[in-house]
Order: sequence, then structure tokens, then C-alpha cells
Amino acid sequence: MATFLGINLFGLFGQLLVGLINGSFYALLSLGLAIIFGLLKIINFAQGAMYMLGAFAAWMALNYFGIDYWLALVLVPLAVGAMGILMERVLIRPIAKEDHLYSLLLTFGVALMLQGVFTHVFGSSGMAYAIPEALQGGIKLPFMYLPAYRAWIVVASIVVCGATWWMIEKTRLGAYLRAGTENAQLMQAFGINVPLMVTLTFGFGVALAGFAGVMAAPVYSVSPDMGSNLLIIVFAIVVIGGMGSIGGAILTGLGMGIVEGLTKYFYPEASSTVIFLVMVIVLLLKPAGLFGKEA
Amino acid sequence: MGIAEESSMKTTRFTPSKLNLVLLLLALVAPFVLYPVFLMKVLCFALFACAFNLLLGFAGLLSFGHAVFLGTGGYVTGYLMINTGITPELGILAGTLAAGLVGALYGKLAVRREGIYFAMVTLALAQLAFFFYLQAPFTGGEDGLQGVPRGHLFGFIDLANNLQMYFFVLAIFLFGFWLIQRTVHSPFGQVLKAIRENEPRAISLGYNVNDYKWVAFIISAGLAGLAGSTKTLVFQLASLTDVHWHMSGEVVLMTLVGGMGTLFGPLVGAAAIVTIQNYLSGGELGNYIHIIMGAIFVVCVLAFRNGIVGQFRKVLKQNF
Amino acid sequence: MKAMNKTLLAVAVAATTALGGLAQAGAVSDDKVKIGVLADMGGVYADICGSGCVTAIEMAVEDFGGTVLGMPIEVISADDQLKPDVGSAKVRQWVENEQVDAVGGLVSSAVVGAATKVLTDNKKIALISTAASNAFTTSACSPYNVHWTYNVAAMANGTVKPIVQSGKKKWFFITADYAFGHALEGVATQVVEENGGEVVGGVRAPLGTTDFSSYVLQAQSSGADVVALANAGGDTVNALKTAAEFGLTQTADVAGLLVFTPNAQAMDPATAGGMTLTTGFYWDYDDATRAWSKRFKERHGAIPAMGHAGAYSMTMHYLKAIEAAGTDESDAVMSKMKEMKPDDFFARNATLRADGRLVHDMYYVQIKKPDERRDADDIFKVVDVIPGDKAYAPMLPECNFVKS
Repeated sequence: MATFLGINLFGLFGQLLVGLINGSFYALLSLGLAIIFGLLKIINFAQGAMYMLGAFAAWMALNYFGIDYWLALVLVPLAVGAMGILMERVLIRPIAKEDHLYSLLLTFGVALMLQGVFTHVFGSSGMAYAIPEALQGGIKLPFMYLPAYRAWIVVASIVVCGATWWMIEKTRLGAYLRAGTENAQLMQAFGINVPLMVTLTFGFGVALAGFAGVMAAPVYSVSPDMGSNLLIIVFAIVVIGGMGSIGGAILTGLGMGIVEGLTKYFYPEASSTVIFLVMVIVLLLKPAGLFGKEA
Repeated sequence: MGIAEESSMKTTRFTPSKLNLVLLLLALVAPFVLYPVFLMKVLCFALFACAFNLLLGFAGLLSFGHAVFLGTGGYVTGYLMINTGITPELGILAGTLAAGLVGALYGKLAVRREGIYFAMVTLALAQLAFFFYLQAPFTGGEDGLQGVPRGHLFGFIDLANNLQMYFFVLAIFLFGFWLIQRTVHSPFGQVLKAIRENEPRAISLGYNVNDYKWVAFIISAGLAGLAGSTKTLVFQLASLTDVHWHMSGEVVLMTLVGGMGTLFGPLVGAAAIVTIQNYLSGGELGNYIHIIMGAIFVVCVLAFRNGIVGQFRKVLKQNF
Repeated sequence: MKAMNKTLLAVAVAATTALGGLAQAGAVSDDKVKIGVLADMGGVYADICGSGCVTAIEMAVEDFGGTVLGMPIEVISADDQLKPDVGSAKVRQWVENEQVDAVGGLVSSAVVGAATKVLTDNKKIALISTAASNAFTTSACSPYNVHWTYNVAAMANGTVKPIVQSGKKKWFFITADYAFGHALEGVATQVVEENGGEVVGGVRAPLGTTDFSSYVLQAQSSGADVVALANAGGDTVNALKTAAEFGLTQTADVAGLLVFTPNAQAMDPATAGGMTLTTGFYWDYDDATRAWSKRFKERHGAIPAMGHAGAYSMTMHYLKAIEAAGTDESDAVMSKMKEMKPDDFFARNATLRADGRLVHDMYYVQIKKPDERRDADDIFKVVDVIPGDKAYAPMLPECNFVKS
């Protein structure tokens, strides 16, 4: 085995790659949160539950309707996005003018309910979802065996995150969105249907969580509490990155996955806490976050 | 824009000393009618919720990690009671101080951000503490600290007796409640309210806003620790439940249900939620506990933001 | 305050004596035998005991005839939500306020530890069916504890020994990072070393880890023959799934140290097939187990896990002991339970030791591969029956509560 300064390089590379894979999920989830926050100034506490919903939807689609993974990858985000739209219209819209902390509490309640319903119906042992045939097997790298599906997670996540970034930062549609967040009344005066835009954006942000859920189904056990613990980590990532930029959310998500991977190699006992520790350090040095714009 | 802005602050107007007396009388008679351990649980959670409300209702800061202070108090008291044989009042004092200390540390970090960020930072810090307590050798991990002795108060009052324990807990609750009331009505409390209503203005008036928030955070954390220490003695147990984020959510719910920014709201809310949980855990509905808790959250936020006490006061105001 | 306390004390003393007087009146206290079932009803362990344990205990009461010594038997239940505080508070309420005589179910070791302390303080019987820890009959043993189905030591002895003896000497542990995982790892390590194997490494994964890939990578680079999963429930399912994905199952054996039937059903048969484990009960072992399991499935909707069968068996034994003792007074019932020999579809070649540990036959089983399965319930192949005294550790002298 290759070693450098007493470090087992193969082992280290393996952990870094695994970190990148986890970072892909962090990036997808924090991107969805960032988009929703950017437009509505609310933190969607139900984002983790929507991720769970995406995984369960994929499982139900396969087992009840025979819809395979690839089709689910398209349909489930749409369905979860539709749930998000419903939630925005029915629950969040009526309290849009209240303090934003109320919407945080509201979405927290929704998350509890969703988790409770799925626990009640499916139990909490978790459901198995097989890896699609085309992505079974793996690639023998010099330092590790990389399962094909894990490679696919990284690729798909980077493509989706990149496309979203491009759409928001570089297209006309994105310009409307950004302008709508700056000054909704002015955009309304220009004939842009801002409430519709808000609803659709919320739906899109939630759909990203649904997408991440489908991606996660074959590798993590599909269980009702899969989203809640992940969400708290994503919150810490959001604080680290700051909510200022879409690109910041993506980069911080990937970066924190890698930091976690390094910790698992050098000091595994701290792997569950390292992201929170990074958050503490960032708060001390740069309270607005690495990419945060606000003072 | 503070979250409890709608709730009227004139707490004294509808809580004359007569009401206080009636409540006190009820509290003295209650253990002869109801199961004392249940009442003690209500009192502990009520104190916890009151401490939390000091921060949310009167300083406008939503902490989503308050379980840490409850749990810290509990663990420290439990550990000392088991391992050193000190008297319960000293054990509780130590737990309260420890929670205040953690509060000072966490508060210093958290007050650097506000609003939603404050909530997320406290949640993340609480999760950090959760993992710490899960792995730390002195907490007993998953098992928690079991068989904590209640001991003898001041060395001679045996707290193993449920009734004697009840009156001890009641005294602690009254002390905590009195302290919160004093804090809210003090000049310090007035500045907190000013910060909640208009922070930039408070800054321009020359107040060091972050320091005020920090002190409020420490008091709140310490009182939450007091609640946790007492709870550990009542149930003779300190466990991870008390530091889990579900607990942080529960205290938010209690305060929301009872009425944010009111003095009696958290007490009513805690009684309501503990009763519901107690009822659910015994019956067929046990499976639905999370669904029901979630639904209460949603309904409260959508239609019942004043909470029980806030709503009651509003009705009183309109009709009398 | 002090004067008031005295009055209160007087009232309390009067109340207790009055209650005490009532209890002495008949052979059966309060004219009924009341069994509380405490279990996790909606959490991660809901499937391994939960409402199924309530069903099993109700079945036992019905099969017994619904009455004992002419008095009705009542079953009540509560959800402990996996929280020691909730569980012990409920048990306290049951015994102090609701005349419960014994508590069954009892799943998570943390909850059971807290609950048994309350029960022992009140001299009420704990009928532990699903908890894993050895402590209830060792370091935390009590004259009122009965531990029926299995424990950590039996799992480690049953699963680890045959694998080490088959020549797979190098072990790696993926351990749940909390008390239960540490205990399981500790016992298993001991068995590995006693049988000439060695532990080449290990990693502690936090409870509820979603991603096991980095731990699997570490296991892979350790060059171990066997990777032991010292965890439970969803963690085991996840770890195994990841091990298969990263090709670990091709280079090493994976051994689950604590796997319940519902967990095994949640595993992909293609990857889990061939894995060996130990269980206290398997529904498809013989006609007697099949007959009971069929009845259980009709009522509960799923095949019984070992804790379900254990709960039925020990409730039966408890009721028989009340009948034989002619009272439901705990000390008399406990000594009858230990005196009588349990023998049913579950408890084979069984004795209830003086420390409250049921020593009975355990089953060393292998998870079936997809092509070996008739249907979704056909999950295990029984490889070997382990006699109780080979599986369970000997009794500690200080826990011998029946000293002659």
C-alpha cells in the first residue's frame, strides 16, 4: 500500500471520495434550502421530510406501480414538488406576512407530521430499494473499489446543482427571480406574477429534496427518520456557507462532505461533530458565513 | 419584528394577586387529588418552558436547542447525586450552574446571529452537545444515569416520599417563576423588550444589544438547567431524551400552545402538552403521538398564534 | 414548611397503610391480576416487540382462560417512545397508582434498566422479553427480574464461536457507538480471543449512521476475514447493504451480532443470503412453532420475532406460577416460577435460573438466498441448535436469589 509520511494514501483517498459522495447530498439539500430562503426568507424545516418523502415515493412507485428507478428520478421530484406547491399555497401563504419564525415552526410541524405518518404506515425498520441494474457493479480504482452507483451520485448531483446555478445566475428567468426577491412590488408593476413565481420556486426547491431522496433510496435504507438527522447537518452547512449565494451553498455542501471524510480517516470519533465544530469556528471568525453577504 | 409582538405585555393587568393566590392554593391541594409524580412533571416542564419563553417571548430569540440546558442540568445533578452523595439542594445548584456555564458559552456564539440563523445555530450547537453526551463516559450513553437517589433535603427531609418531593419541586418552580417575573419587569427586561421591538433603535440609543441578549440567554439557560436538575431528581434518571432536538421542539410547542410572551402561557402550555402526552402514551393513540404533536404545531401557527393564555386575555379585553 | 411536611407525612402514611391493608385481604391483590405491557410502539424497535408483544401477551391470557384463581386477568399497554424517562414514569404510575402486578414487553435496554429499578423498588415483577443487555441478570440483577428470550452474551457465543472455529480468525468490528454496541463488541471480542482468533481492528459508528461507506472502507483495508456488525435494527440493515455495494461481502464474511426477524426481512436476500446469526426462536422450526406462529400471524399480520414468542411463553409461565402459588404476591410467584420448569414451543430444554435468566435452546441460523425461499416469510435455515448452557454465561454467585 502506498504511504506518505506514515499516512495510508489509499485509505485517505477512499475516505475523500466517500466524503465527496456525501457532500453531493449535502449540496442538493442545502441548495434547495438556499433557493427557498432566497425568495421567501423562510427556512423550510420540512426539507428533510421532503427528502424522506422522495425516497418513499420512489419505493412506492416501484412496489405499487412498477415504475422503475429512471422514471422515478423524473416523476418523483415532480410529485414532491407538487406537494411543496400545495404546502406553500395552503399553509405558508396565509402566514407570509407574519414573522418568519412562524413559518419555521409551521414547517417543523409539517415535518413531524410527515415523519409520524410514514412511521405509522411503514414502521421504522426501513425499506430496501435495489440499485438499478445499469448501475450495479463498480470500477476498480487503484485505491478502492468504487461502486458505479456512488459515482453516478456525484455526477448527477454536480450536473443538477450546476444547471440550477446557471439557471438562476445566468438566465433571464433567474434574473426575474433575483429581482423578485429584491423588490417584489416593482416586479409586480412590470407585469411579473410574483406570487406564482414564489410558489413555483418553492416547488422547485422542494423538488430538489425529492430528487435527493430518490438518489438516496438505493444506498441508504428508506426509513421515516432518514431526513431529520441529515437536516440538522444541512442547517449547520447553511450557517457555514451563509445564505448569500447559490454557488456558496453548493460549494459548502461538497466541501463539508470532504471535511467529514478527512475526519473519518484521521479522527473518526469526531466525525459526527466535525461539521458543527467548523460552524463554531466560522461563527467566531466570520459570523455571516463564508459566502454570506449580509453584515 | 419580534415574534411575540401581538401578545400584550401588560401581564399585571389580568394577573392580580388574587389569581396568583388561587393558583397557589390549587398547587397546594393538587397532590392530594392528582398523582404527585404527574404534577411534578408538569411543574418541571412548566419551569423549562418559562425559561425558554424568557428568551422567545421577551427577547424575541427563538432557541431551537434549549434541550441542551435541560439535559446538562440533569446530567450534572444526576452524576453528583450518584457519585458524591451530596444533598439534593447542592446537586441542583451544581446542575443549574453547569447549565448556565454552557449557556454562557453557547449564548456568546449564538447572539452573533439573529432571527432564523439564531434558531439554526442553537439547533446545530445542541446537536454538537447531543453527540458529546452520547459518547462521554459520565452520562451512561444510551442508558443514561439510572437510579439517581433523591436524597435528603438539607440532610433531613426524605425526598423519597412523593408528597415531600412535590412541595420541594413546587418551591423550586415558584422561585424560578418569581425570578423570571422579576427579570421581565426589571429595567433589564425593559431593554430586552426594546431590543425585540426595534433592535437598530436600541443600538442607536447606545445599548450593547448583544450583551443584553447574552445575559438573557444565560439566565434562560440556567433556569432550564434548574428544571432539568429537578426533573432528574423526580424521575431519578437523566437520559439522552433531555438533550435530543425533539425536546427542543417540545418546549417550543409548549410555549406556543400556552402563549408566547405571557407569564402564565408556558405553564398552561406545559400542562396541556404533558397531559396530552400522558394520555396518548397509555392508549391506542400512542402510535399517533408525532402526528398529533405536528398537527398541534401547524394549527397553532395558522390559527392560534396567541396561544391559550393570549387568546383568553384577548377575549377578556374585548368583553370587559 | 416543616410543620406542613409533618401533616403531609401523616396523611401519606395513613393512605399507604390503608392501601397495604387492602392488599393483604385476598390471595389476589385488588381482585385481579394486571399485566402492563411497556414497549416501543412507533420507533425503531416497534417491529421487534411493540404491538406484537401486546398481542402475544393477550394471546397467552386468552389461552390460559382469561382468569387465574378465579380472578380476571387484565392487560394494559403503553408506549415508552424509547425514552427511559417516559418508560420509568409510566411504570411508576402503573405500580403506584394502577395496581399493576407485573410488566411485560420491555425492549430497549435503556428503558428496561430504568423500568426494572422502579419495579424492584416496588417489589413487582419485570417480564423482560426483548431487551439485549446482560445486566438484568448480572450487574443490575434483581430478585424480581425475569429475562426470557436472549441476551448479548448468547448472541455473541452463538454467532461468533462457530465462525472462528471454522478457521476465520481475523475479525473487524463495526460497532454502534453507545453502551449496547460496546457491550456487544466486548463480549464478542472475548469469544473471538478465547477461540484463538484475533481482532485486527474496529470502528465505532454513531447511532443512526446513514452512511456506512467509510466504515466499510476501513474494514476492507484491514484485511479481516470477518466483519462483525455490533449494532442493531436499521444500522445493521444499512451496514450490510453498504458492505455488499462496496464488494466487502466478496472478500470477507459479514456477521450480524443482533438481527431480528423483521430486520432480516428488510435485507435484500441477494446480499444477506448466507449470513449467519443466532436467534432465540424461529417460527418455522417445527410443527409446534409453526402452529403458534400461524395463529400469531393471523392476529398480528406478520410472523413473530423472537421477542413476541418469548413474551407469550413467559406470560404463560407467570400465570401458571400464580396458580401454583395460590397468590399473586411477587415473592411467592417468583419462587414458583423458578421452581417450575418452563416447557412449551418456545422454551426448549429450559430452566429459569435463580438469577432470573431463562437458559434455553438457541438457534444458529443462516439467512436464505433468494432461490431457497418459498415466500417472504421463509428467511432462515436452522443450521444448529445451541444448548442453553453453551449459549448463556454461568450465573454470578451474587445474583443467586434462591439460596437454600
